[in-house]
Amino acid sequence: MKKLTLPISDEDIRALKVGETVLLSGVMMTGRDAVHKWLNDAFIAKTVEPTEDDIAVFEAIKPILDGGIIYHCGPIVSGVDTGDYKFVAAGPTTSIREEPYQALVMKLFNLKGVIGKGGMEAKTLQGCMDTPAVYFHAIGGAASLIAQSVQEVITVHKLDFGVPEAMWVIDVKDFPVVVTMDSHGRSQHVTVYEKSKKVLDELMAK
Amino acid sequence: MQNLTKEILELIRRTSTDLPADVEAKLRTAYTDEENGSAAQGALDTILKNVELARSNSTPICQDTGTPLFYVHYPEGLSTRKLKKMIVDAVTEATKLTYLRPNSVNAVTGANTGDNSGDDHYPTIHFEEVDENLPLTIELMLKGGGCENVGVQYKLPNVAMHAGRDLAGVRKVVLDAAQKAQGKGCAPGILGVAVGGDRGSSYLASKEVLLTKIGTENPDSELNALENQITEEVNQMGIGPMGFGGKTTILDTKIKGLHRVPACYFVSVSYMCWAYRRRKMTVKGAEVSYD
Repeated sequence: MKKLTLPISDEDIRALKVGETVLLSGVMMTGRDAVHKWLNDAFIAKTVEPTEDDIAVFEAIKPILDGGIIYHCGPIVSGVDTGDYKFVAAGPTTSIREEPYQALVMKLFNLKGVIGKGGMEAKTLQGCMDTPAVYFHAIGGAASLIAQSVQEVITVHKLDFGVPEAMWVIDVKDFPVVVTMDSHGRSQHVTVYEKSKKVLDELMAK
Repeated sequence: MQNLTKEILELIRRTSTDLPADVEAKLRTAYTDEENGSAAQGALDTILKNVELARSNSTPICQDTGTPLFYVHYPEGLSTRKLKKMIVDAVTEATKLTYLRPNSVNAVTGANTGDNSGDDHYPTIHFEEVDENLPLTIELMLKGGGCENVGVQYKLPNVAMHAGRDLAGVRKVVLDAAQKAQGKGCAPGILGVAVGGDRGSSYLASKEVLLTKIGTENPDSELNALENQITEEVNQMGIGPMGFGGKTTILDTKIKGLHRVPACYFVSVSYMCWAYRRRKMTVKGAEVSYD
């Protein structure tokens, strides 16, 4: 099984193909609906003037995301009261909700990939080709198991977004994922969708 | 009445961390059905390892513990107001103990309450009075947002799908819903279907029908046959676990018929993910049992 450590090089990304299983290690960050909207509004579309705190957080996450990965995940975390954070359950969330923003966020940070579930669509696939980056699919619902690959919670940003929506900076070891969208324009999700649509059309005709 | 907060907390712990045996058995069958070494089998392998780990460590199977859905059957004379308070207290405590994720977000302000306290509909509690000689039962279902988002409601007739106001039409729209869901609701899932009702009651019934065990025979033989047919046909689509491609796309289909008004014919589909978390507690006097 292929092993990759963050930050990941463009060369390593280009070598990844749809269907490959990879074990990821290194420092990554969680980010889902609130984070993508925040990044878009304050730093991409610039419809909202960023606050001092926004700018400080943005500067802090930049080096983590350069060559790095955003994990679409809203974890259950213990020690929220004491600051002694530990991931208890941390499977992927459905990625498609970030479709409007993902390619732009990839470009903004030179992201090398996102981890999620359910796959993404054409705009993100184009982003994967351009950046380059890949879509890593984790196993939805496997939350206790995936939490065990989290070695340490390094810090958290924007905890006021709520525990599931905050940016958790984590150090992971051998996080198991499958490449389902690569940087060459291939998507397992398109393949499966088209095949299933053909079967559906046949069943509908019956 | 006795304070059952601790016992309800235990119901929440079991529901979040211990997958029911009928679901696990079905997932094991799916594992052996998939091709050796395929991504589909790999996904099921991870799923089964996670189920075992969650049970032995008493940690949530899935981080998305959904909107806690309680179904309470209470004997005549018990106070629903007191029962509600116990449930709400148990939910808050379960959140502190990380059996539940703080999931309650004010849709207007965007603020997360942090402890799963909410409003009149969060957590969701359905009360039904039963005879005073019957025990108190509380059922809990945890259904995450990913599978909730792929739920859908149709009104028949549907011209584009050539789906009329009959069971043949119901079949067509349910197949459509399953194909559109792909792996996004964490396949292999379970389809809960309600036919009829109004928009609200139809969606409610599509979830309630999920409270029965996998493989439970529908008392209506026509619906039973349709359930089996839909399960088989959806599995022909090859969507597979997580949408990776494979043989098992859904584990079961459950259909309930409701009364409707002449003008409306709704078909509501609730997709339950593979992490089909449901448990029941029964209170007979001082004795509390769980299944």
